[in-house]
Amino acid sequence: MLRGFRHTLNSSRLQPGETQLRIENVHLSFGGVAALTGINLEVRQSEILAIIGPNGAGKTSLLNCISGLYKPQRGRIMFNDGQEEHDLIKLRPHQIARLGIARSFQNIELFRHMTVLDNLLAGCHVHMKSGLLSCLIYWGPAQREQIAFREFVEDIIDLLEIESIRDKKVGTLAYGLQKRVELGRALAMKPAILLLDEPMAGMNSEEKEDMARFILDINEEHGVTIVLIEHDMGVVMDISDRVAVLNFGQKIAEGTPDEVRSNPLVIQAYLGEEHALFPFGAGGSHD
Amino acid sequence: MVSGIFHTSYESDMALRRTPAQKIRLALFILFILVFPFFASRYTLTLANQVAIATIGAIGLNILTGYTGQISLGQGGFMAVGAYTAGLVTVRLGLPWWLSIIIASLVTAAVGALFGIPSLRLKGLYLAIATLAAQEIILWVVTHWKALTGGVEALVVPDPMLFGIRINSDFNFYWLAWGLVGITALMTVNLFRTHYGRAFIAIRDQDIAAEVMGINLFRYKLLAFALSSFFVGLSGALIAHYRSIVTWERFTIDVSVLYLAMIIIGGLGSVSGSLFGATFMTLLPAVLNNLGRSLRGVFPQITSIMPFIQQATFGLVIILFLILEPEGIKKLWEDIKDYFRLWPFSY
Repeated sequence: MLRGFRHTLNSSRLQPGETQLRIENVHLSFGGVAALTGINLEVRQSEILAIIGPNGAGKTSLLNCISGLYKPQRGRIMFNDGQEEHDLIKLRPHQIARLGIARSFQNIELFRHMTVLDNLLAGCHVHMKSGLLSCLIYWGPAQREQIAFREFVEDIIDLLEIESIRDKKVGTLAYGLQKRVELGRALAMKPAILLLDEPMAGMNSEEKEDMARFILDINEEHGVTIVLIEHDMGVVMDISDRVAVLNFGQKIAEGTPDEVRSNPLVIQAYLGEEHALFPFGAGGSHD
Repeated sequence: MVSGIFHTSYESDMALRRTPAQKIRLALFILFILVFPFFASRYTLTLANQVAIATIGAIGLNILTGYTGQISLGQGGFMAVGAYTAGLVTVRLGLPWWLSIIIASLVTAAVGALFGIPSLRLKGLYLAIATLAAQEIILWVVTHWKALTGGVEALVVPDPMLFGIRINSDFNFYWLAWGLVGITALMTVNLFRTHYGRAFIAIRDQDIAAEVMGINLFRYKLLAFALSSFFVGLSGALIAHYRSIVTWERFTIDVSVLYLAMIIIGGLGSVSGSLFGATFMTLLPAVLNNLGRSLRGVFPQITSIMPFIQQATFGLVIILFLILEPEGIKKLWEDIKDYFRLWPFSY
């Protein structure tokens, strides 16, 4: 079901299945508290990888390491952009963004006083090239660039079905819509990898269904790699290709949803003793 | 009601004035500015020129504080840099006045960027204190580096001439000052519909998210300081050439606070708000002065305390304004426009 996009949302040059991100032996601690101890994880082009685990397991810390907000004390995070490998630990967040790693946040971190359109256009920042002087004059190339990106952003608005709110200030929008705009802002970066930190937290089942559909659309139509933290097991088991489970800063399991579901270590981490994990059963619906 | 306006191209949808009503309002305003000096007295022309200079300074401060969210108490110091650079370049190097204005703006931009370096580590009130240090350091240098600035002595600047015409007469200066207001305003609104401006606002609203979106915080914060100081320096340079005399007393911490008050009362993060605030804060003392002078005839016994009453009224009006319309005159103006736009279906 293609919508006739004029622009691709995916900037990665890799083929599906190739290793895009390799997290090697990452250690992160705050003072004496170890947040991550020896995490190894691979992310492959065009997959949906879910990271799950109990509260405080280190999921968000891992995402923050990838996007450069935290600096791990040991280990490497190698990103393959199709031409060369970059060690993300050595880069600053804005340089990592330039490589095509986009993310959303657990607590919405939109630019509250901007309109939805401006938020999405701000997401295009790394792709805009006009110089300061031509922007001050706003004539010729600078104007054409702004209009070209406006067209691109309209595609995202179309994809996320937020046409009616494009001129609204995001601070005034409902929570579910803000989450959607934040996804759109990350998409505007034409991401090679999209990191989503609890994109469905606090939503009702209808909104969750919409969000799951958007994530699948982005992944299937544009081939964008998605790394997702989510607590709703129904959604996780339904949409992800692979699942990694974190507990107390360690990866305790990794595999397909079915493998993870039956892994005794995972069951123990979640329930403390041996129980059948997740009452939904195999292939349960996510609402 | 505004209805039936359909944009069929992104170009027209992204224009600064999108409806006929907006275009007419702007045209009327420009017409007023063009016609005004032919009917104004010398005194009102002086006030108009002061408003113009203050507007440029306020737009400059608004770029930094209103749009980028970096509170600055260094406004007076940066204006001093602009004024002294313009004056010294004219007096010592004998450069023409227009070149001195450009040099002064650029020098102030550089000084502003230098004092913007702490902004990478400091936010909010802490940054305010750091910029307060900038204010004090600049004024200290101005008053103590006698060999360069002449210290506390006034610096006398020769009259700016263009084709044998004296530019700093009230009438002639009006065109220069308001022309520069137009250029400053246009450049600023243009800036804020491109990625530079959006980066500034992004830093104000959510700096961590901005960084993760690929915005280099250090670069853009320094750029905000530089751009802001460029316009602040411009307004300082205009003061130097308009007054023909530069003294340090004109650029104390009071000025920094006055300009902050201007943009808060006018409207943070808005070019029109800068104009409203600058107009309000320039005209209010003048109105109070005239009122005081006429009251002096009626109540001769309160002449001695008149200045205090004026000061208190000034403060009172500002406080009332902040309580009644915290978002500034800009919001008030928008409410008025909305009222007429929605009339008669105002629900």
